Amino acid sequence: MNQKAILYLALLAFGIAVPFMFPAYKLQISIMWILVVLSLTWDVQGGQMGYNTFGNIMFFGLGMYICSSFQIGIFFPLAEWTASGGEKTFIHTPTQFFQGFFIGIIFAGIIPALVAAIIGYGILGLRGHYFAICTLGLAIAAGELAGGIELVGAGQGMTSPPWPKNIGDTELRSEFFYYICFVLMISTFLFLRWAYTTRFGLVLNAIRDNEDKAEAMGINTMRYKISGWVVSAFFVGIAGGLMGNMIGYIEPVETAFAGRTFGVFMVVMAILGGKGTLWGPVIGAIAFHIFKEGFWTFFLGWQYVALGALIVIVVIFFPEGIMGWLREKYPDRFGEVIDEEDRKAQVELK
Amino acid sequence: MGAILQVDQVYKYFGGVKANENISMTVTQGSIAGLIGPNGSGKTTLFNSIVGTHPIDKGSIKFEDKEVSALPVPAVAKLGLLRTFQQTRIYGKLNCIDNMRISAKPSRDNLFSVFSTIPNELNDKAEHLLSFVGLYQKRKLRAGDLSFGQQKLLELAMALMNEPKMLLLDEPTAGINPTLINGIINRLIKVNEEFGITLLVIEHNMRVIMSLAQHIFCLAHGQLIANGKPEQIKKDQRVIDAYLGVQ
Repeated sequence: MNQKAILYLALLAFGIAVPFMFPAYKLQISIMWILVVLSLTWDVQGGQMGYNTFGNIMFFGLGMYICSSFQIGIFFPLAEWTASGGEKTFIHTPTQFFQGFFIGIIFAGIIPALVAAIIGYGILGLRGHYFAICTLGLAIAAGELAGGIELVGAGQGMTSPPWPKNIGDTELRSEFFYYICFVLMISTFLFLRWAYTTRFGLVLNAIRDNEDKAEAMGINTMRYKISGWVVSAFFVGIAGGLMGNMIGYIEPVETAFAGRTFGVFMVVMAILGGKGTLWGPVIGAIAFHIFKEGFWTFFLGWQYVALGALIVIVVIFFPEGIMGWLREKYPDRFGEVIDEEDRKAQVELK
Repeated sequence: MGAILQVDQVYKYFGGVKANENISMTVTQGSIAGLIGPNGSGKTTLFNSIVGTHPIDKGSIKFEDKEVSALPVPAVAKLGLLRTFQQTRIYGKLNCIDNMRISAKPSRDNLFSVFSTIPNELNDKAEHLLSFVGLYQKRKLRAGDLSFGQQKLLELAMALMNEPKMLLLDEPTAGINPTLINGIINRLIKVNEEFGITLLVIEHNMRVIMSLAQHIFCLAHGQLIANGKPEQIKKDQRVIDAYLGVQ
């Protein structure tokens, strides 16, 4: 067995063993896997394709609302549920809960993906700063819109279905969500790992390096840009659906369309780890989460100062991220053959 | 041999600037044609019009008897009409082999082929073409690390990888050291003869264009002022006045 396979197996074993090794940190590590998904999918646009987006948080919030709405709406009148606020007038039976959860999660992936396809068709023709600003606007607008829809609780927010009482305690609940998050993270990682080896990955890189050239070579770049966004929206939407269930309460601007927190985190994590690489966003998300939780716990009140300082440090000292820095230090480990003779070789045409 | 490219009374204005005015030209299938003219005479604008970078104001452009003047760039490229750029455009962070692999025309091209795998045979073809332009030893380097001249050669190889029917080359020898230029001329002639690709070449180097092209078009201030065989062009009084300079 080669080194890579051992590494993957070790990580898999670690992921499975976490609830037993660190029972107190199950929820924290579940959120960490969610962050890995957000960072990996942001990197599809921001890193691989060179389109800096602030709009991916839109799919996160959308997935969150859609998942809970389906979970509730299939069995009970949704309007009455949200109107009752925290009062639990309706109780899911275990069967209802898991059926609803399953259906909700599927739609939490599919609907944001469709939305990404439609919006993407409209705005992926924009480039550079214009695209970034446009997505920023869309994300903010989405939060404001959600805050105006009575059916999902408007500005007051809504509760997601509580864990059914008669099948186990909160320990079981957090284990359940932990493993779902872990599976989502693994699926996202494996899907992107595969996708980057196909034509898709190469075309995204070509778009990043020179989109005009890619078009001049006959590549229908729009098709790839939209596909990329659809893939991101699908996984981000599911992540949102899970997050809504784990937190238990959906607030339009603070948890769902949380541009100020998760929306910024996904960018920082991908850049910290090294954008445009497969492992960079994963490493970035884990490092960032540990850093963030440390500060939130021990220096409460200073966390945004620390976040700002981290962004400055990353941009100045690690513009290529952790992976980029490692690549510069140990290029041979990354399959880059630096052959001086080849580099200096004269080009001759006879 | 029939015409592969027919440009018929094409006009292109940018505001008040008449970049192309009433340009008509025909390129014969399998030939090498040259396009010369002073700086700012509208040569690159004409290239952009032909491949669909911007719409033309009037006239028609036919490639293999199909009207292409209203088609977007990728659609024109898919028909087999490719261009290279005066300022090289390559994928800087990808290595040369990847630059080549992505340039090949995919066997299927629809929504479901977005995630198709890239066949391994392409690597052999890429290496073959890279050695054809003398870049074999550079194949694992990032394209952005190559020198300008090497990037020009890479761009040519990328265009060949796509197996076009016709290539528009914008100053293929600009910025390339003089000893390589002869090699490039030979390569271009080979491309034309062996691969059967029709060439339309913009070039300022008179020695290159006179030994390469069978037919030359000369533009000045947006108008076609002369066209003919190289010997005729050399003697044409209007070309001499506008471009070659009075001796």
